Amino acid sequence: MQATAAAIIESVSGRAVPVRGNDIDTDRIIPARYLRTVTFDGIGEHAFEDDRRGLAAKGQVHTFDKPEYQGGKILFVNKNFGCGSSREHAPQSLMRWGIEAVVGESFAEIFFGNCVSLGIPCVTVDEATINRLLDSAESDPTANWTLDVKGHELKGPVTVKVDMPEGPRSQFLSGQWNPMSELLSHLSEVEQVADNLPYVSGKW
Amino acid sequence: MGKNLYQKVFDRHVVSRLSSGQYQVLIGLHLVHEVTSPQAFALLRDRGLKVKYPNRTFATVDHIIPTEIRDRQRPLQDTLAEEMLQAIENNTREHGVSFFGAKSGHQGIVHVIGPEMGLTQPGMTIACGDSHTSTHGAFGSLAFGIGTSQVADILATQTMSLGRLKVRRITVTGKLAPGVYAKDVILAIIRKLGVNGGVGHAYEYAGPVIEAMSMEERMTLCNMSIEGGARIGYVNPDETTYAYLKGREYAPKGADWDKAVAYWKSIASDADATFDDEVVIDGSALAPQVTWGITPAQSVAVDESIPAAESFPESERPLIHEAYEYMSLEANQPIAGVPVDVVFIGSCTNGRISDLQEAADAVTKAVTAHPGLKVASTVRAMVVPGSEPVQKIAEELGLHKIFTDAGFQWREPGCSMCLAMNPDKLKNREVSASTSNRNFKGRQGSPSGRTLLMSPVMAVAAALTGKVTDARTFFNLSTTSAKQG
Repeated sequence: MQATAAAIIESVSGRAVPVRGNDIDTDRIIPARYLRTVTFDGIGEHAFEDDRRGLAAKGQVHTFDKPEYQGGKILFVNKNFGCGSSREHAPQSLMRWGIEAVVGESFAEIFFGNCVSLGIPCVTVDEATINRLLDSAESDPTANWTLDVKGHELKGPVTVKVDMPEGPRSQFLSGQWNPMSELLSHLSEVEQVADNLPYVSGKW
Repeated sequence: MGKNLYQKVFDRHVVSRLSSGQYQVLIGLHLVHEVTSPQAFALLRDRGLKVKYPNRTFATVDHIIPTEIRDRQRPLQDTLAEEMLQAIENNTREHGVSFFGAKSGHQGIVHVIGPEMGLTQPGMTIACGDSHTSTHGAFGSLAFGIGTSQVADILATQTMSLGRLKVRRITVTGKLAPGVYAKDVILAIIRKLGVNGGVGHAYEYAGPVIEAMSMEERMTLCNMSIEGGARIGYVNPDETTYAYLKGREYAPKGADWDKAVAYWKSIASDADATFDDEVVIDGSALAPQVTWGITPAQSVAVDESIPAAESFPESERPLIHEAYEYMSLEANQPIAGVPVDVVFIGSCTNGRISDLQEAADAVTKAVTAHPGLKVASTVRAMVVPGSEPVQKIAEELGLHKIFTDAGFQWREPGCSMCLAMNPDKLKNREVSASTSNRNFKGRQGSPSGRTLLMSPVMAVAAALTGKVTDARTFFNLSTTSAKQG
């Protein structure tokens, strides 16, 4: 886990990793049995483990197991990616596998917020566009892509406009994606607000 | 122009505007469990920070704790689980945070114990490193499921960074038919609006069906807001809310009580409040719901058949085919009659005393009509109380005896088979009739295990018959005045 707000994130460059499917939930990203731990160490190797094993049993290969996608940094996904549990173990496992940014049609909200806290920009494009991107990443795994957070653009074999809500975008661009330091700088205001809330102050 | 509850409560908790434009929001009640907190406490330790408001922070153990007495002896047999349990015991002791462990009298699922102790109150902001924190919205609070980095933020500052949500009011009109419960209402809402229909939104639940619900039914409803993609869900506080809270351990007492009720009334949505979106659902038309697929939106009424892929938009069809294959079910096959191997009654969705009472009443009714009737020989069925107080009340009422006499296992409190982090798991391709909240692939502990979500009374019918069965006809509910919700 990042101990402090680290760095400004204006762009992420690297090869793409396509994982198709709507509603891929956090139990699939990291099965619950790997949450029985007090650290996030070693969790990266278990990303998508049951999906990977399930495909292997059918004689197929999950993208995360294909040699050509090892070292990829930008994950391409479909709709409602990361739905389900609030487990930060999900983006932690992707990050520790090597993922630094995600492009998809839409994201579940808690997953998106967890990614912000870890410095992983998640940007959205429409359905037709993500399918073009997935096709491209599947046909040419060697291509280099650059997600330009500042310029709202994904550049590569296909270049497209991408969306991200302004609040999180400015967190990445200002280096404040992990907000703890800034939250800590307002502790006196925290106490004032707390004192005005009867259930906190006990002064009904 | 009036304001809704979300706007009023959010505004009262804003501490600052962050440089990103997000809001720093005070979280008035922080609930903590053993899975999502150890890394957060470690971060505090690394940075030399203390918990800012230990008296607004409460912890328990629920996910990893075994539900059989013999397995709860310390040290736990699972060394990883024991390490997690020791971590939360040590972390809460070090920071002066209340911890409700086994045999404390309050141990249980975090979303069961908060309300039953009176910790959860209207007008609060609440957070927990658990997506089903939305449960607490039943009281008219804003209750957020969060990740571990945010757990650390709240431990250290009692605040987190949040953007503003839109608010969708979902009005459920009419009156629920006998045999239709809060679980069916929320499954029907998710089926209608989709698993990502709520993204960017708070759901405000309103209308006569919601107003008629007990607090525990409202908790079932709000619990699964997250399955609909909503960040939070809530119900405006009313006399039902106040009656539930009065006299509970952490509820305001004496002269403070009347002031608290006045405050709680003030934060409810105004009569002329506006909403970003409105949805109306006819509650009178609802039937018991059962999921057939691998997302909570893939459900049908128990008297319906599994839908054909062609009835969905083209972009959703791959997931429908994936669900047919994973579940080994076919389009146009009636859901009633699908055999089940396991029945699980419990969880933060349906593990409260009223759920167990409804289930026990159904067992009694069936056994009275058919003396000697038991759980089907092909089924293992378990009832898991949501907390130690639920367990105690149930045992005082003799509910455990009703269950065990009929062949159900009666367990110790915890998350149990909802999520596969403790010994309670499906095996191989088993099909489970479950009162929990998620039917994701592998959710209940076997990578190929299958889950059918339903209400507790429907789960009892499945246990006694060994297959998905319409509880309305099985228990002859249409001719009785069965409790609703």
